[in-house]
Amino acid sequence: MKQHTLIKRLGLPLLLCTAAITFQNNAYAGPDQGKLLATHGVTQFDGAGGGGLSPWALITGGGTSDSWGANTHLTLINLPSYRVESYGVSAGFFDRLELSYTHQKLRGTSGPLEALKIDQDVFGAKVRLFGHAVYDQDTWIPQVSAGFLHHRNIKIDADHTSILPQSLTGKPTDLVPFASHDSGTEYYLAATKLFMRQSLLVNATLRMTKANQFGFLGFGSPGNDSYEPMLETSVAYLLNHNLAVGAEYRMKPNNLEKIKGHPLGVSSVDAEEDAWDIFVAWFPSKNVSLTAAYLDLGEILNPGQTALGESNSKNQAGAYLSLQVGF
Amino acid sequence: MKKFTKLALVILLSHIATNVWATNTTLYEQLGGKDAIKVVVDDFVQNVAADKRINYFFKNSDIAHLKQMLVDQMCMATGGPCEYKGRSMDQVHKDMGVKELHFNALAEDLYKALDDNGVPYHMQNKVMAILAPLKKVVVQ
Repeated sequence: MKQHTLIKRLGLPLLLCTAAITFQNNAYAGPDQGKLLATHGVTQFDGAGGGGLSPWALITGGGTSDSWGANTHLTLINLPSYRVESYGVSAGFFDRLELSYTHQKLRGTSGPLEALKIDQDVFGAKVRLFGHAVYDQDTWIPQVSAGFLHHRNIKIDADHTSILPQSLTGKPTDLVPFASHDSGTEYYLAATKLFMRQSLLVNATLRMTKANQFGFLGFGSPGNDSYEPMLETSVAYLLNHNLAVGAEYRMKPNNLEKIKGHPLGVSSVDAEEDAWDIFVAWFPSKNVSLTAAYLDLGEILNPGQTALGESNSKNQAGAYLSLQVGF
Repeated sequence: MKKFTKLALVILLSHIATNVWATNTTLYEQLGGKDAIKVVVDDFVQNVAADKRINYFFKNSDIAHLKQMLVDQMCMATGGPCEYKGRSMDQVHKDMGVKELHFNALAEDLYKALDDNGVPYHMQNKVMAILAPLKKVVVQ
């Protein structure tokens, strides 16, 4: 098991180094930074290239189809009861293949949830199947990509508090009532179209998922253990060369509420809701982008009055800030 | 949704609407006709000449002829009363080894020329949208 983890941890950096060495021998040695400004999108929450909530069909990195590019990202989310931080790296090769890694940390910040810490790793890969968002201005055909996001190493810590007599550490299946799996893979198909005449970008992503709250609460539950299709849409309007504004909507499953075999038919562990945001993305140069958004994730863990003695039915809506630096 | 958000959305949507729904004038007319296009092409060619990424492609070009061809092309493409009489883009770029990064560099030089001549950003994108599909024939 340890060896397997080691391979996984080294896998991506090794792949990037191999790719870098390979490309040094190419006539167009090194990353060409040839893509037009902003045309590779930003980094979305799960680490893939795209918007804020959803992966798009765009391949990350500033390299054209003859080259490659890479970037790092840092995303901070501040919600009434939680703080989320995610950081990682991603790379795009030949405007065809994208690899990404992000580490996410969720921390509870209010009441009984102050004790809560959840960490997870997300490994992603994406392949552009056909179409080109920028050049295909004479057709309705969008740029279409397929990808996956593999979540693992989900660790939950709940510190000792007045309510919790002892500290708890474990995986989702240990600590989240009704969570069926500790790791999980999401599969998606994304279609992105840039209507250049209207300075408008539109994206639709179909994600097959079992994730409970982005994977933080594990995957699936009794009776909800099959993949469900979730639709995600984004719209971005280009205000000028460096600035875009837009909105996103992401449907989410609600596996932890309706539990098959539960005496009540419904559990009060978590009533997961759809997520949406409105954003501003600033691209001062080809190497940096900053995205700020108002993000609404709905309810996250509403234990209710009876469960923890204090209800937390706050709507988790707040600020999202994401920085991407790369080439 | 908060009032401010609703207001922002209304403003945004009206702005988009004025861009999305077509006006009766051609893009050629909106740009300012042939005189305006000539000025843009002058600056564009100057930008390309200073652009180390691609200027070597043009070192043997007859600049005056190139400018005339570009003006005719842009005029025609934007709905103006011109006729481009040059070779096809496919023929012109045959065996030149133009890559995607070169095509994009040229696009950036054109964007800059449009910018420097006060063409509004959204109108710049309308021009570029017409030229974008040329990538298929230029990058071979």
